[in-house]
Amino acid sequence: MNANLKPAPSAEPLLDVAHVRKTFPRGDGNELLVLEDVSVKLAPGEIVGLLGRSGSGKSTLLRLIAGLSEPSGGEVRYLGRPVAGPAEGIAMVFQSFALFPWLTVYENVALGLEALHVARDETRSRSLAAIDLIGLDGFESAYPRELSGGMRQRVGFARALVVHPNILLMDEPFSALDVLTAENLRTDFLDLWADGKMPIKGVILVTHNIEEAVQMCDRILVFASNPGRIVTTIDVGIPRPRDRNDAAFAALVERIYVEMTAKPGRGPKAPVERTPGTGIDTVLPRVSSNLLSGLIETVAAQPFAGKADLPEIASELQLEIDDLFPVAESLQVLRFADVEGGDLRLTADGLAFAEGTSDERKKLFARHLLANVPLAAHVKRVLDERASHTAPKSRFLDELEDHMAPEAAEQTIRALVSWARYAELFAYDDEAGMFSLENPT
Amino acid sequence: MPPNTTAWSTASRGAPTRFDLIALVLVIGLFAFLAAGSRGVLAPLAVVESNPISLDPSHLPEYAARTTLRMLAAMALSLVFTFTYATWAAKSVRAGKILVPLLDVLQSVPILGFISVTFVFFMSLAPGRVLGAEYAAIFGIFTSQAWNMAFSFYQSLRTVPTELTECAKSFRLSPWARFWRLEVPFAVPPLIWNMMMSMSGGWFFVVASEAITVGSHTVTLPGMGAYIARAIEERSLAAVGFAILTMLIVIVIYDQLLFRPLVAWADLFRFEQEPGAIPPRSWVLEALGKSNLLARLLRLLRRSRRQLGIAFSAAPGLPRFEPQQHSRLLDGVGIAVLIALLALAGWQTDRLLAPQFAWRDVGTAVGLGAITMLRVFVLIALASVVWVPIGVWLGLRPRMARIAQPLAQFMAAFPTNLLFPVVVAAIVNFKLNADLWLSPLMILGTQWYILFNVIAGAAAMPGEMRAVGTNLGVRGWLWWRRIALPAVFPFYVTGALTASGGSWNAAVAAEVASWGNEHVEAAGLGAYIANATTEGDFYKIAIGCVTMSLYVLIINRLLWRPLYYYAERKFRLS
Repeated sequence: MNANLKPAPSAEPLLDVAHVRKTFPRGDGNELLVLEDVSVKLAPGEIVGLLGRSGSGKSTLLRLIAGLSEPSGGEVRYLGRPVAGPAEGIAMVFQSFALFPWLTVYENVALGLEALHVARDETRSRSLAAIDLIGLDGFESAYPRELSGGMRQRVGFARALVVHPNILLMDEPFSALDVLTAENLRTDFLDLWADGKMPIKGVILVTHNIEEAVQMCDRILVFASNPGRIVTTIDVGIPRPRDRNDAAFAALVERIYVEMTAKPGRGPKAPVERTPGTGIDTVLPRVSSNLLSGLIETVAAQPFAGKADLPEIASELQLEIDDLFPVAESLQVLRFADVEGGDLRLTADGLAFAEGTSDERKKLFARHLLANVPLAAHVKRVLDERASHTAPKSRFLDELEDHMAPEAAEQTIRALVSWARYAELFAYDDEAGMFSLENPT
Repeated sequence: MPPNTTAWSTASRGAPTRFDLIALVLVIGLFAFLAAGSRGVLAPLAVVESNPISLDPSHLPEYAARTTLRMLAAMALSLVFTFTYATWAAKSVRAGKILVPLLDVLQSVPILGFISVTFVFFMSLAPGRVLGAEYAAIFGIFTSQAWNMAFSFYQSLRTVPTELTECAKSFRLSPWARFWRLEVPFAVPPLIWNMMMSMSGGWFFVVASEAITVGSHTVTLPGMGAYIARAIEERSLAAVGFAILTMLIVIVIYDQLLFRPLVAWADLFRFEQEPGAIPPRSWVLEALGKSNLLARLLRLLRRSRRQLGIAFSAAPGLPRFEPQQHSRLLDGVGIAVLIALLALAGWQTDRLLAPQFAWRDVGTAVGLGAITMLRVFVLIALASVVWVPIGVWLGLRPRMARIAQPLAQFMAAFPTNLLFPVVVAAIVNFKLNADLWLSPLMILGTQWYILFNVIAGAAAMPGEMRAVGTNLGVRGWLWWRRIALPAVFPFYVTGALTASGGSWNAAVAAEVASWGNEHVEAAGLGAYIANATTEGDFYKIAIGCVTMSLYVLIINRLLWRPLYYYAERKFRLS
């Protein structure tokens, strides 16, 4: 399939997701908004990518499309009809493969046809054909545990294709595989797609890998979190087969990095996220101080010398965006670095940190933690004021839960504890759930 | 009595080895020795008079406290046994060869059998005093608690990760220090889980242990068990009601004060923590953690332990490799001791059985065993048909499972003997067939193992796997056949074999039941043993117990164990 063979816009879309929102009930009776006002159209012959960090609701959206859960607002239409429950003609490939360990490769693949009450002979011929197509010839009687990860995911593909779906939904199908296997499977998939050998008309791919999105998709929808929403739509006009070393490819990857690290508030919608570090109600990411030091050191060293391009760093450190972005954001919160336009630039103190001894680093870190993370200053002040110099964790947890979900509050406290321990700012006894000023003997 | 299933992965897997046979002979010999001894002493022993049990509910707190103390004493004994026996079995390859099968055989012996053959021995320890009966009762409870705890501990000791052991060695920790610093903490979480199971199992046998009748001798110890026995004797439904209420309160109290804190504390020792799992919490533990007094006490303890640790843990001398080969001499001594013991066991068995022995008696016991076996299998099948679908339904709904899981565990802990009177009254009133209608009592307490294992199995099913089923439109019988039943199968087998083992044990209590003067009885091996105990016929007790042990062992080896490995191999989601 070639990008310039895209069907005319007048064509009836396979799938039409219109203004969908999704909320989940929370323990305290309120609701957690995970998707807000999301609209997606999938035309025949298209691969659409949903790109975003974990927690941006892209997998939730995929499950809404598959009819595995129901939207709280808006509508999902498939071939013009609203989706109410699992629809025939929409098949899914899962991140964890989700094969049944007690069924052989053949039985796993045939399961979907059995559910459709397809005649036995046809079930057999179609299953074998799907196994053939996906390169699993000879493995029909093997059990999943006997297969490598790549082979298992091939079974996942065969199982989805055997029911001849119109739409194939892929939920990070390559992210549980090693780099080489993933590349091999991606290329095989794209070859089959280009040759029109698969019985599918359109594909939706969820991924958090920017290069994978650019390599595979015709259109990329970039998601942001809290709540999950589409911030940008990018048309990938690069002809297939695409080459990662191509200048246009690299430029597009760079552009997506810029989009994804853009400061909130510039998007088309009013920001729901708060600017990092404005109050005690900020959710802190759980990033270890080792990662923070590691990134500072890498950026301070040659060839970056204090300023680095995020895609370059990601490939240099072999980090996925889900790993890299929280670290970069933490540095930004602590004012050790600025992130803008896909670049990470160390501040003066960031550079000083890289130069410092272990002791100097801790002092610098403590100062920045107190100055830039209001929650740290708040806990410190409470501990200073109290005669016993101790305070229970529950006290702060309650305060945080006024502003965020209980899980986020717990995570924020844990992140704070980890940073405060590194900075030797205050101590925490996990068994008793108590903060204190002195370190235990 | 729940057999410990996980231990099988290190115990011998398939066909019985000669050590299984040796273990069997040894246990039979021990049994015969105790029974023969009892037969001799029974006559001259004075009848122990103890305070009559009052049905006045105002005595219940005292009775409950005394029974709980007995349970805790037995638990302490079980821990001592666990730490010594299981450690010995795990550390010494030579001893382990015989100790592990021995434990397996001991586990299969009906607990009431233990009580009846050791009763006289314990009474003779403190002639004419209640103390002897106390020993006997505590020992009886001990035999219902110890085996699975020892199995669990043995299993943990055998599976300590190699890196940790190597790390401890490279720090030159002495074996003593390694045991307390590494091996015990590693074994704590499964051990505590087994302690909870044991405690539940123990309640069932408290009733039997506190009101012991062997031949013409009845000894009653003040406690819940004796209270219940008395209530049954007096046909007092009100007293049964009070007993049920008291038991509910006692179980809640020790769950909250003892096990919940233990489970929450044991979470510290969990080696691999799967992310996202909610750590167990206990308000008692949290309160204790905040107590200053306790903190001071702990500091003191820690200091004294350090002193002790220095005395024991210094590894003096040059580092040296641990010996790889066994000495031939010791092997020889071991074999000689084993042969001597076997001869002794054979002689004791012969001494007890020979004067009366007739193959006809064995035939009777085996025939009755077949009836009990049929009962157990039919009941397990019935319980499965009821609880598997319910368990799957609950397990797939996390909120329901959170409510149902502790409820099922609570039901398992509840001594079902309390419900026996109701059933007996019904059988007598409606003139029902006792062979049929007494049977459900056997599974009353053990069916819950099936339920909560299936709930756990369904809850452990990965979300994506369930989504596949929905996405492919797999529904109805196809869904049960291809997805739900296979997914819970390994969990079900664990539950069913625990229930089966427990039901055999319960048969001794359930096939004979009474309500005042009314006695109803079902034909079966359990009734055979129970009657022999009441008559004080040690020859029959021995025949009955050995036959039941053999049934349990053979069924485990031929059915449950192969099924368990099959399930682990084919169905376990890894």
